[in-house]
Amino acid sequence: MAAGTSILGTRVLRTEDPSFLTRGAVYTDDIVDDRLTGAVYVTFVRSPVAHGRIVSIDKTAALAAEGVVDVVTAEDLEGVGLLPPPPGSAQGKQMRRSILAADVVRFVGEPVAAVVTQERYQGEDAAELVGVDIEPLPAVVDPREAAKDEVLLFPDAGTNTTYTSDRESDPTMFDDCEVVVTQEVINQRVAAVPLEVRAMAAAAGADGRLVVWAPSQGAQGFKSTIVRVLKQDEDQVHVVTPEVGGGFGAKIFPDAEHLLVPWLAKRLDRPVRWVETRSENLLAMPQGRGQIQTVTIGGRRDGTVQAYRLDVLQDSGCGGMASVLASLTALMAPGVYDIAKVEANARSVATNTAPVAAFRGAGRPEATAAVERAMDLFAAEIGMDPADVRRKNVVAPDKFPFRTSMGALYDSGEYAAALDKVLAGAGYEDLRREQQQRRDRGDVVQLGLGMSTYVEITGGGLEASGDDENATVEIHADGSATVLTGTSPHGQGHATAWAMLVSEQTGIPLEKVTVKHGDTDLIPKGGGTGGSRSLQLGGSAVFTTTQQLVELAKERAAALLEANPDDLVVDTENAGLGVVGTPGTSVSFADLAAKEELRAEGVFAAPGPTYPFGAHLAAVEVDTESGKVVLRRLVTVDDAGTVLNPLLFDGQRHGGLAQGVAQALFEEVLYDEDGNPQTTTFADYPIVSATELPSFELLTMETPTSYNPLGAKGIGEAATIGSTPAVQNAVVDALAHLGVRHVDMPLTPERVWSAVTAAGEGNA
Amino acid sequence: MRVDVGVNGTRYVDEVEPRLLLVHYLREVRGLKATNVGCDSSSCGACTVLVDGESVKSCTTLAAQADGREVTTVEGLAESDGSMHSMQQAFREEHALQCGFCTPGMVMASVGLLSENPKPTEEEIRLALEGNLCRCTGYHNIVRAVRRAAGTLDEDGANA
Repeated sequence: MAAGTSILGTRVLRTEDPSFLTRGAVYTDDIVDDRLTGAVYVTFVRSPVAHGRIVSIDKTAALAAEGVVDVVTAEDLEGVGLLPPPPGSAQGKQMRRSILAADVVRFVGEPVAAVVTQERYQGEDAAELVGVDIEPLPAVVDPREAAKDEVLLFPDAGTNTTYTSDRESDPTMFDDCEVVVTQEVINQRVAAVPLEVRAMAAAAGADGRLVVWAPSQGAQGFKSTIVRVLKQDEDQVHVVTPEVGGGFGAKIFPDAEHLLVPWLAKRLDRPVRWVETRSENLLAMPQGRGQIQTVTIGGRRDGTVQAYRLDVLQDSGCGGMASVLASLTALMAPGVYDIAKVEANARSVATNTAPVAAFRGAGRPEATAAVERAMDLFAAEIGMDPADVRRKNVVAPDKFPFRTSMGALYDSGEYAAALDKVLAGAGYEDLRREQQQRRDRGDVVQLGLGMSTYVEITGGGLEASGDDENATVEIHADGSATVLTGTSPHGQGHATAWAMLVSEQTGIPLEKVTVKHGDTDLIPKGGGTGGSRSLQLGGSAVFTTTQQLVELAKERAAALLEANPDDLVVDTENAGLGVVGTPGTSVSFADLAAKEELRAEGVFAAPGPTYPFGAHLAAVEVDTESGKVVLRRLVTVDDAGTVLNPLLFDGQRHGGLAQGVAQALFEEVLYDEDGNPQTTTFADYPIVSATELPSFELLTMETPTSYNPLGAKGIGEAATIGSTPAVQNAVVDALAHLGVRHVDMPLTPERVWSAVTAAGEGNA
Repeated sequence: MRVDVGVNGTRYVDEVEPRLLLVHYLREVRGLKATNVGCDSSSCGACTVLVDGESVKSCTTLAAQADGREVTTVEGLAESDGSMHSMQQAFREEHALQCGFCTPGMVMASVGLLSENPKPTEEEIRLALEGNLCRCTGYHNIVRAVRRAAGTLDEDGANA
């Protein structure tokens, strides 16, 4: 590295890629380890009905089948605890499920029994032979029905409500408004669909310790749940997370299957492996979103929004973690807007469907989708350009830090600037002219323009309090370095990013920095990777710990070189320390490490979460005769503060944009009224492919935060949050001149065609 | 049953179950774990390999069907001097992978595409990769990587 130049902020290729590309990354199902020699395989028997009482389970035929080692049901689970309760629920204790269904099944796909076989294929055969007799009970699938508490999933709880925000409502909040618009908005349930499905390998080692390999977003969090539910000693469990084939929020928490597999390893005293099929994944892995929202927005005809209310009914599925989503949606309800009166109420209910939990954005996309739809509804009602309405109401840059009426403290932002940049970059005026020409001509294919201006919360929990993360940095005698991080990559490029932070401050080449993660013996504490926390917390921890390490090295070098530590500077050319003004008087970090261990451990604690923001503009073409939507352009600003590596940054944006578009146009998890899932293969669940997307147009803007030394905010979820409402608004905009005001997602041809037809009949 | 399969340039004779899928043959019998299984409906393409130079989904091919043929996986793609294949290199330079799970299949499908259509347009690339799903990249950089490998990526990186 040349003196005076910084690697930070530059486009650095990933250090992990050569092995990923030539040998393949090592995921859980790829693990080759002596401790797994002779492993047996687990296959789950899953409930075929959404709600029912288990009458009997007959293991006889399965036990007699070829290769079967064991068949277990809830009755066998002696001394095993229950799954964690839905968070935030007063009745949580009465809403806990057993890791294999006991007495009652509550969704199609719930594990009822597990078959253990010598070979993997034998498990598929033997699972078919387990006779499960279930007496069906009425199922409740629609959260509106569940909220009535007529069918109870957990009768002891006396309610299906897993969380309620319990806020006072002001019946007069819209009284001063000239215009009030209200609309029900569906934020449909979607599947996380990491390409690597859930898997696990577990062995009870010779020393009696339980070793577990699992794809997770944080080995430490997995371990604490395993310790708690399986009632193990803390030091008797070792969790390793190898490379992970995507998480998107759905791999944060261990599921029932993840708790049964290590228990089986203990029970059988044999190594055990499990990998699910895609159909099982679409049946039983926690899903995302799933909100029924009602937005009410009011203000003056000059475009001033005076009041906004968001009511959320969250479908949490069968006791998922979704109550967190509902509360985050409420927290972020006002979005980027400075509105005098805001109310948000959230309620989460259990239904006889797969659990709903975190998924890319986890509660914030839902908040943004609601308020951005509301802004367009308001703009349409008063006949104003939606861009002008947004400019008039966004939080002004001189108001930061800005405390919202919901209690969030926005650290920094330039909301109007982001919107203006996107509109200019897209050529908004020209696009509007083209739209008008098509309308004037009465074209079959109409142009729609949709925008969203968003803010999200990263690196923090529910409350506006700070989170922390740890790091250890060690330099070795051979001149290499090792970083231990409590964050947990699953595609984001931590190995490269953390190496950049060490290399910048020491001169050690990137290739000589090894980043280790996801091993609870090596790294006992860590918050994992979720909520886009990694760079701002974990990266800052690596950065500040490296600073400490350099200071420690300076003290030792000063003694060695008989110099004042203050006169020492890092010589990045030689990966060492030199004396100012005395060329040739220097010592390398490697030499210092050869004399004495050169290692520093540190924790970085942030004063609070940060609030990345941005603006997206989507241009869509809508065939008014067939309802088909084609996304023509997606132009975005995603401001996440200072950018460490634009390569990784843009990659996160691309993936987020694709996901956001996918929710707007294609993806939806569907159940029939009896709770039978309709989307259990990729033939039914329309995961977005290359043909349905354009290349994205990314514009740059960096508004640093003061909350960490890197100036960085999170970027993993931002582009998902902004793009969904931009695309949805664009489709509605394409049909606005026909009288259409709202269409729910996903904007399938059938839905769009129906909206056009209804508008033509005057029923819009 | 006995199969005689060429894998990455070496011939192997193995005794396998008739129902064994090619992907499991590669992973479990030959120990080549880069080729992944991402679905059970032949939709995601994570298992794509070349059989006699043509890209196929190894999760819906029986090992028996590879008898007497030559299979190439991503492990066998490197040049004779050990350096990465131009497609692997292009994937790296364009950041066309994140979690890496779809990547071996995506690379093999892309190699298969260029062998049939050496200068595909962006639209042709997108159509050819419809059967290979990626949840991380949004496909943007994968398309660029294929164009880079095909030599059709503009100097300024514009997606014209």
